Amino acid sequence: MLTVDLARGSVRELNAALHRLGPDSNETRWRVLNPRGQHAIAVGLEQPVLVEIDGHVGYYCAGMNKLATVVVDGNAGQGVAENMMSGKVWVKGDASQAAGATGRGGLLVVDGNASARCGISMKGIDIVVKGSVGHLSAFMAQAGNLVVLQDAGEALGDSIYEAQLYVRGKVQSLGADCVEKPIEDQHKRELGQLLEAAGINGGVDIGEFRRYGSARKLYHFHVDNVGQY
Amino acid sequence: MCGIAGLFLKDAKLEPDLGSMLAGMLSPLNDRGPDSAGFAVYGAETPGHVKFTLRLSSTTDLDELLKELRDSVGSPLTHRLQGTHVVLSIPAEQASPARRVLAGFDGVAIVGGGRRMEIFKEVGRPDDVSRQFGLGRMSGTHAIGHTRMATESAVTTNGAHPFTTGDDQCLVHNGSLSNHCAVRRELVKKGLSFQTENDTEVAAGFITAKLHEGGSLQQAMEACLDALDGFYTFVIGTEGGFGVLRDPIACKPAVVAETDRLVAFGTEYRALVDLPGIASAKVWEPAPATVYRWELH
Repeated sequence: MLTVDLARGSVRELNAALHRLGPDSNETRWRVLNPRGQHAIAVGLEQPVLVEIDGHVGYYCAGMNKLATVVVDGNAGQGVAENMMSGKVWVKGDASQAAGATGRGGLLVVDGNASARCGISMKGIDIVVKGSVGHLSAFMAQAGNLVVLQDAGEALGDSIYEAQLYVRGKVQSLGADCVEKPIEDQHKRELGQLLEAAGINGGVDIGEFRRYGSARKLYHFHVDNVGQY
Repeated sequence: MCGIAGLFLKDAKLEPDLGSMLAGMLSPLNDRGPDSAGFAVYGAETPGHVKFTLRLSSTTDLDELLKELRDSVGSPLTHRLQGTHVVLSIPAEQASPARRVLAGFDGVAIVGGGRRMEIFKEVGRPDDVSRQFGLGRMSGTHAIGHTRMATESAVTTNGAHPFTTGDDQCLVHNGSLSNHCAVRRELVKKGLSFQTENDTEVAAGFITAKLHEGGSLQQAMEACLDALDGFYTFVIGTEGGFGVLRDPIACKPAVVAETDRLVAFGTEYRALVDLPGIASAKVWEPAPATVYRWELH
C-alpha cells in the first residue's frame, strides 16, 4: 500500500503518479490522506488500482475513471465520477450536485444522499444512492440505471431517453416525458444485481421499488408537444 | 464564481478568534473571487451608541468631517481608522442628524451602520483585503465574507460585497440576477436610490424595501424567490446571526457545517477545513428555495 499525504504533496503530483502506472504495475493499492476538499483528486485513472481517500473531497473526484476503484471515506463535492467509463467509485458520505454526470459505464455508489442533478445526462453508468437524490436527477439520462433507496426530488428524469430509474421512496415529481413503468421479472433481477454490486445483501425488499423511464414522446419534435419544451 | 464564507459562533470562547477564522475561510476562496472582497463583522456594541462604517475618497478630509459632525451632532463621538475605512461611534439618538451630515459630505460613502455591524470591502485579492483591514485581529459573535469575480458590473469598491440592507444587516451574493434592471426601476419608483449598476445592490435594495414595508426578514427572503430571476446563493448577516437562501435551481454551490461550537457556511468545503471540530461536524447542503436562519438565543 502506498500512502500519499496531500498536506505534503500536490493533487497534480498524486494524479501524475497514478497516471504513470502501467497495466502490470504492482502498485495497486493507494491511500490518500488530507484531501481537505481539494478538487480533481484521482481523476483520469486508467488501471485497475484501488485508491482510498481518507476525508472529504472537492469537485470532480474520480472523474473520467476507467477500471480503477476509488473509495471516498467522506463527502464528495460536485461532479464525483463525472464521465466515468468503467470501474467503481464509492462515496461513504454524501455527494454534491451532478454525481455521475455523463457517466458511460462503471458503478457509482453513494452511501448517503446525492444532491441535485444526480446522473444528469448519464450514458450507461450505474448509480446506487442509499439515501435520497435532489431535484432534476437523471435529467436527459440516456442509458444506465439510477437506483435510489430513499426519495427523489422534483422533476426526476426530465427529458429522459432510455435510462432506468428505480426509487424506493417518494418521488416529489416526475419531469417532462418521464413516467412510471411496471417492474417485470427482468427488472427485478437487474435491480437485485445492482443492489448486490453496491454491497446491499438483504434487508431491502425489491418489491418496494417503483420503476420510471421515458414515455418516448419527446424523442422527435412534434408540434403538439411544443408546450413541453 | 464568487465565494462566500459565513461563521456563527455558539461558543463564546471562540469569539476572540472570529476574524482570524473568517480570514482563513476566505483564503481558499481567493481564486473563486480574485477581484475584490469584503466582510461584515458583528463585534461588541457600546451601549446606547450606534456605529457607521465609512469609506472616504482620497481627497476627503477626515478632520473636517469630524468637526462638522461634532458641530451639528453636538455630542461626543469616537472614531477608529481601519484601512481605507473609518468606524464612527455616536450616541444612538444622534444617528439621524449624523446620517444627514454624512450623506451631504462630499466623498463619504456609508458602507454600513448599526449597533454591532462593521463592514469593510475593497478591490484586490481577498487575502490582501483581509490583511489591509486587519481582519485576523477582529473579534465578535458572527461574520460573513465574500470574494468577488465580477460578472454583471464593474470591479469597483462600491461593487464589492457586502451590501447593507438596513441597520446591522447586509447581503452577500454568489450568482447573477438577470432581471435586476427591471427590479431596480420598480424600486427607484418607490424612492430607493442606487450607487452602482450592480445586480446584488438591487437584491439588497429589494430586501430593504420589503423590510420598510413591514415584512419580516423571513418574508423578505421568501419574496426574493418570486421577484428575482437568476442565480443566487444569498447569505444575509443580521444583528443576531445569519440567513441563507438559494435559488430554486440551486445553481450555485453551498455547504454548511455545524458543531456544538459553531455554524459555518462556505461556497466550498475547502473554506471550512481549518475550523475547529470540522472532522466530526455535520456537513450538509442547504436545500433550494428554502430560507435558513441561525440566530443568537
